[in-house]
Amino acid sequence: MRYLLMLYADEAVGSKFTPDEMRPFMEQMFAYQAALTKAGAFVATAPLARTDRACTIRMEGGEMKVHDGPYAETREQFGGYFIIEAADIDMARTWAARCPAATWGSIEIREIIDHCYP
Amino acid sequence: MPVRADDPARRAVERAARASYGRLVAFLSTRTRDVAGAEDALAEAFATALQQWPADGVPANPDAWLLTVARRRGADALRRRRTSAVHAPHLMLIADEIEAAAASLGDIPDRRLALMFACAHPAIEPGIRTPLILQTILGLTAAAIASAFLMPPATMGQRLVRAKARLREAGIAFAIPDKEELPGRLDAVLEAVYAAYAKGWAETGEPGTPQLADEAIWLGRVLVALLPEQPEAKGMLALMLQAEARRPARRDTGGAYVPLDAQDTRLWDIARVREAEMLLAEANAGGPSGRYQIEAAIQSAHAARRLHGVASWGAIVALYDLLFALAPSPVVALNRAVARAELDGPAAALEEIDRLAGDPRMADYQPYWAARGHLCARAGRCGDAKAALTLAIGLAADPAVRLYLQGQRDRLCNGGT
Repeated sequence: MRYLLMLYADEAVGSKFTPDEMRPFMEQMFAYQAALTKAGAFVATAPLARTDRACTIRMEGGEMKVHDGPYAETREQFGGYFIIEAADIDMARTWAARCPAATWGSIEIREIIDHCYP
Repeated sequence: MPVRADDPARRAVERAARASYGRLVAFLSTRTRDVAGAEDALAEAFATALQQWPADGVPANPDAWLLTVARRRGADALRRRRTSAVHAPHLMLIADEIEAAAASLGDIPDRRLALMFACAHPAIEPGIRTPLILQTILGLTAAAIASAFLMPPATMGQRLVRAKARLREAGIAFAIPDKEELPGRLDAVLEAVYAAYAKGWAETGEPGTPQLADEAIWLGRVLVALLPEQPEAKGMLALMLQAEARRPARRDTGGAYVPLDAQDTRLWDIARVREAEMLLAEANAGGPSGRYQIEAAIQSAHAARRLHGVASWGAIVALYDLLFALAPSPVVALNRAVARAELDGPAAALEEIDRLAGDPRMADYQPYWAARGHLCARAGRCGDAKAALTLAIGLAADPAVRLYLQGQRDRLCNGGT
């Protein structure tokens, strides 16, 4: 089974760190990715740019409406993801608990539906 | 109305689930002998609490409240299943008994112990007895149990469901079995209590919250009182007390993780160490040594460091050899190798744990990679040490352990390859 781990955190807090202060966090994230890879559970990951560079579009009556910013205004923003391979949701939770990002934000776990319909 | 995760009522529900789950299941299933049914009723009671407590406030006695709601759900379900009037007096009896017990929750623990022994009934497959006790009596999730038993969670979940159905089909009595039946069932009970302790050992939690470790120690005391002639019950309690004695030394004032060999022994709880030593002496006088007595003796040898300033590694390695002969698990092999490094050096120890490298259970076992990293660093293999410590950091769920390992990796191989 594949799972999407959506990493949420408060951007305002994160942006206060200097690159030097960020390094230990980044090292932990790298170690996490290495552990996932070693266990054969790693599929993909990416960090996302800040939400002030996001825009949301919607088609209304054939016309594109553009709204600056993310879909929802919340305290914590969607800031990156991991796609992992896990036997079940319990194992996915175990991996999410090991993700360093869980200590400075929250992680939403969603199962990825693998069926494709024509 | 959506409930926020940090809502005090929600936290109260979680606390009750954590502290009282096993107690309540044990109580609800005593008469019906239906653990799965009791869990269903209790799940509904917790769901109701999540809806009502945020609006109405947390009741004065959350356990009694949950028990009353679960009892009603359970009785409704029973009525739906067999509506015959013949059962009505029986249901009334159960209701009365539960009502009476809700007023004095102190009576319940003995029933819980009875349920633990029932889960260890010969009709239940041996390998699933301990996990069954952990889930139904101590309220651990299938995932937590699976990780303690190095087993895939889905497999563990399926086997637990089957075992609960088996309990009901066999109509297994929730009474403390006869004296002659106890030794045959004791192993699974001891294993469950100790696994619960091991799970609770690392937890720090909110102050004032009943901890799983305290719960396990308490159950250990009840077992020793119930079976004073069983050396392994004493051995297990001694083992838990030795570990618990070190709790105050395991974090420094800043909350940083402190490994055993760096702990300030003056912080160890000497009253607990003494009690453990006494129990172990009694256990050793009482019969042949089992795994808990040996493990308690290993911890006792570590505790000797408080007196002599050095741990007696010779004795520790000899005890691990004994333990490995009795219980040859990869975890024991790993711990033995780490102890051997103190006597024979890191290279000899690495040779031993290299044999574990192919074991798939070690791929995501954090202590394996941490030990490997430390041993490689001591053997001067900096590249290997960094790689192993990186995996250990990535597998650690405890931020304090993560930071400690990160510090080790930065320091041990400064400028290394």
